[in-house]
Amino acid sequence: MSTNTLSENNRKVTVSRSDKTFAGVSHVLLVIWSLLVVGPLLWTLMTSFKTTREITASSTALPSALLTDPETGSFSLSYLFTNYISAWTSDNFGRYFFNTFIVVTSAMLLVMLLGAMCAYVLARYQFKGSQLIYYLMLAGLTFPIFLAIVPLYQVLKSLPLPWAPNGVFLGTFEGLILTYVAFALPFTVFFLYAFFRTLPNEIAEAAQVDGAGHWTTFFRIMLPMAKPGLASIGIFNFLGLWNQLLLPLALNTKEEQYVLAQGVFNFANKAKYEVNFGSLFAAVIITIVPVLIVYMIFQRQLQGSVSQGTMK
Amino acid sequence: MQRRKRHLSFDKISFMVVFLGLPLLIYLVLVIYPFLQAVHLSLTNWRGFGPISEADYVWLDNYVYLFTSSKFMLALGHNAMLAVFLPLITIILALTLAIVITVGGHSHGTIRGIRGASFYRIVSFFPYVIPGIIIGLMWRLLLDPGMGLVNGLLTTIGLDQFKDFAWLGKEETAMPVSMLVIVWGFVGFYMLLFIAAIKSIPSEIYEAVRIDGAGRWTTAVRVTIPLIRDNIQTAYIYMGIIALDAFIYMVALNPTGGPNYSTLVMSQELFNTAFGGQNMWGRGSAMGVVLALVTLAFSGLVFLVNRLTGGKDAVSY
Repeated sequence: MSTNTLSENNRKVTVSRSDKTFAGVSHVLLVIWSLLVVGPLLWTLMTSFKTTREITASSTALPSALLTDPETGSFSLSYLFTNYISAWTSDNFGRYFFNTFIVVTSAMLLVMLLGAMCAYVLARYQFKGSQLIYYLMLAGLTFPIFLAIVPLYQVLKSLPLPWAPNGVFLGTFEGLILTYVAFALPFTVFFLYAFFRTLPNEIAEAAQVDGAGHWTTFFRIMLPMAKPGLASIGIFNFLGLWNQLLLPLALNTKEEQYVLAQGVFNFANKAKYEVNFGSLFAAVIITIVPVLIVYMIFQRQLQGSVSQGTMK
Repeated sequence: MQRRKRHLSFDKISFMVVFLGLPLLIYLVLVIYPFLQAVHLSLTNWRGFGPISEADYVWLDNYVYLFTSSKFMLALGHNAMLAVFLPLITIILALTLAIVITVGGHSHGTIRGIRGASFYRIVSFFPYVIPGIIIGLMWRLLLDPGMGLVNGLLTTIGLDQFKDFAWLGKEETAMPVSMLVIVWGFVGFYMLLFIAAIKSIPSEIYEAVRIDGAGRWTTAVRVTIPLIRDNIQTAYIYMGIIALDAFIYMVALNPTGGPNYSTLVMSQELFNTAFGGQNMWGRGSAMGVVLALVTLAFSGLVFLVNRLTGGKDAVSY
């Protein structure tokens, strides 16, 4: 490695043999890893365009039956997407998708608002008991949801919600949303707490001199300044809540209220001869696509928040 | 200004109530109270009917039952096994890939990343954003004896003994294969974490090491790893917590606990006990308490080991 000498002006550097070997080995390693990641996803995508008969016949054969519409004898998009259409309509994944969207979006927006408010107060106001609150939040990060899951069912069953069919939070979207918010809160608060700490004081002080109250200062000055932090934690929460399975499995047991994760899970666990595998593969893709889109759009922020959020 | 701050105006009171009170109320009712209630319930034989106050106290009977139940102990053992192997395999793979990506470029001048690093980073992170349940189900399909891609590829290259091989249906392969699936889901995340950590190491350190003539291997083992050992500790704890839960993956791969319960984990047993129709809420809560204590003990242990082996104090930059 130290065989080549490098002078300040000499920009043409000869790449040493050990460098080449190392880079070669590295690329091989990374390519194998990338194939291991992408391969299964592509196979799942491909298989979602095969009929159940084709799926059970061969795992490596390319889709063919769905490429020609038997009615017209030629290619048609609607026939190609047969599995997706049946998953979306007759297997109810359209409804699950809609449910998931409602629950996850509301919970995400709510937890960001409440988390930002709580983090702001903890970061910027000094009062008795703030340490205690901090430790309480830490407990929420430390203990597994599994510890809470049994009593949680009971709590939701006894919390009144006047407009719900049975008068309580259990079995309603409101109940599920609120539970999501509660369990996403600690991480959101920790993340934004650090963020609010770093924001400069001068602007908020100037606003208060101008007569802005506590509310105005937060909503007009501090919240807009916290946008980058909010974006990171927002994506994090969106992905985390979209992936949630345990809470809906335990608390959200009505079929018409299923979220995607639990819908796919229950669908896959039907007796084997009952499963329409074409639909199952399509449903898997339907569940992945939204998170992949969010990931593609926001991958910079997300990668940033991974390193920030875990460095604490 | 100063005077106004001290006075409790409506603005200030309403602000504090809403900003602190509202989130805290939700949090206390739905997180902290259930945590405490779980400990309480674990001392009773409550089965979900009638008020909790009327349940009989069985005190430690639930715990005694758990530690004499061979099924629960089996599940505990599986969690322990996962907590040992999952972080180890995941971190070794993630570190290798992270090091290769960050210092894979040629070795003169400033430290250089490998060509295409950002592509590899984006691809590697894919599995982390895919819902755990989907990762599990996808691999259940990939590993399916008849219609899975894995056996399809293996038989295509002539390994006919894998025709209809039930990876998840055989006691000796179910657990290792399940572990690899979880590893697949997390390597990319930790790789990114380590890349960020490695990038925060001042490049002067690498240059100095390089001038001293250290090779890549020496640099990685003697410089990079010691400098990011706190990140490795964090990763170890996170991954261990995932291993002690593992619910989503295990339930997706083998919903009933696998052949002879060879992949059954505590969280699955808890879910079945409390929600699987038996309504053993007291016993389920006791399992939750055990799970929480094991998780705490694990984090403490990793922290202690890192301290005792000279973490924190060993390096400073």
